[in-house]
Amino acid sequence: MTQMDYTRAAKYFLLQDYWVAFKLGMKHFFRPKVTLNYPHEKGPLSPRFRGEHALRRYPNGEERCIACKLCEAVCPAQAITIDAEPREDGSRRTTRYDIDMTKCIYCGFCQEACPVDAIVEGPNFEFSTETREELFYDKDKLLANGDRWEGEIARNLELDAPYR
Amino acid sequence: MADFFMNTTLGILLVIVGQILLVVVPLLLALAFLMYADRKIWAAVMMRRGPNVVGVFGLLQSFADFGKYIVKEIVVPAGADKAVFFMAPMVTLVMSLIAWAVIPFNDGWVLSNINVAILYVFAVSSLEVYGVIMGGWASNSKYPFLGSLRSAAQMISYEVSIGLIIIGVVISSGSLNFGEIVAAQDGSYGLLNWFWLPHFPMLILFFISALAETNRPPFDLPEAESELVAGYQVEYSSTPFLLFMIGELVAVVLMCALIALMFFGGWLSPIPGLPDGIFWMIAKMGLVFFFFSMVKAITPRYRYDQLMRLGWKVFLPFSLLWVVFVAFAAKFDWFWGVYARWTVGV
Repeated sequence: MTQMDYTRAAKYFLLQDYWVAFKLGMKHFFRPKVTLNYPHEKGPLSPRFRGEHALRRYPNGEERCIACKLCEAVCPAQAITIDAEPREDGSRRTTRYDIDMTKCIYCGFCQEACPVDAIVEGPNFEFSTETREELFYDKDKLLANGDRWEGEIARNLELDAPYR
Repeated sequence: MADFFMNTTLGILLVIVGQILLVVVPLLLALAFLMYADRKIWAAVMMRRGPNVVGVFGLLQSFADFGKYIVKEIVVPAGADKAVFFMAPMVTLVMSLIAWAVIPFNDGWVLSNINVAILYVFAVSSLEVYGVIMGGWASNSKYPFLGSLRSAAQMISYEVSIGLIIIGVVISSGSLNFGEIVAAQDGSYGLLNWFWLPHFPMLILFFISALAETNRPPFDLPEAESELVAGYQVEYSSTPFLLFMIGELVAVVLMCALIALMFFGGWLSPIPGLPDGIFWMIAKMGLVFFFFSMVKAITPRYRYDQLMRLGWKVFLPFSLLWVVFVAFAAKFDWFWGVYARWTVGV
């Protein structure tokens, strides 16, 4: 018969593991909680956070987008569709600017490609909808987003500018 | 009026129904808050917040869950045996509820003061396994079936050691009636007179066996979420699932009550001089329930062979030896007679 390990046997019968675990459990029991009360409390967001898309305007109200279609070309998920034709005053503008948010992978390439900072990914990540159709954003929706989030977007771009 | 309730059939029937409601309604209400406490304790150990939205501090969470379960659709699998499928959750709930008929909450506060109370509880809690087996079999699906097979083997294995542990306590108190068992623990030293001290190893064994008997972690093999999804409950939804859940929790609280009665002196005061009463019983049950919850929070699940080895190779011989030891100690008055605290003539 092999030599018996009495220490191990004693620990087994005295449930040593469980007393240690219980002590550890009680230690964590009274620690401050690490979870956030999400809808009421939110975690910090980086200025580079890539959330919901928005089309920006110049301060005079003119839309920035010049329909160069670089974002459409660079989009790896092919989520962007753009149609364009000259406006009455001769400037080239989009007639259609659609983003399929169900296809979008939020890589931020459109924002990188844009020469006039027109399409950006804003700080908003709470845009869930009840139907799929509501996630096919058109130009009106994107411009409305831009108007709604302009303050945050402008501040984030400014904060991020030194690192570009 | 007294004559109506004492002598007419209808009157007696009304009294019985009233007594049953007096036990079951507070029990189920307490259960809602115990379920909440369970989740809160579990969350606290993981440094989470737990339910805190419904009501003050989330106290009404269980009632919200209850409402949700009730209004869900009941899904019956195509190949299920309908009668058995719906009987299973009811069997679980009813079997765990009727055991409370013999549990006293205070001196004389018991629905039916029968002589073989502990035997009755043991028999009824053994029948609970039928709910699980029926549920698993009637679902006509492989995971529920595996879950119910595991459950059958597990419950039967641990009932053996639970039975032997109970015998030790019964030898010491000389009675199968809970009132007498508690009376046997009465004495001038308060909590030092209770059976937890002379029967300490059996307290630990009983606690662990109770975990296995009620399918609580670390012995939750019948419903093992990570391997069997939810075991025998996979195909259940809505109210039948709710019944299963309530039945299981009632069984857990029943085990808390058994431990409080057999090892912690039921309604007796721990400090000599303080009055005995129902609040001691409730406090002791709450304490045991806290330990049940803590175990759930701190232990990983046992493997099936480990479970069986523990049941048959450790618990069974150990509790059997303990019965023999207690029998000799009681007969020959070893240890100043702490093992022979008979309350009735032998």
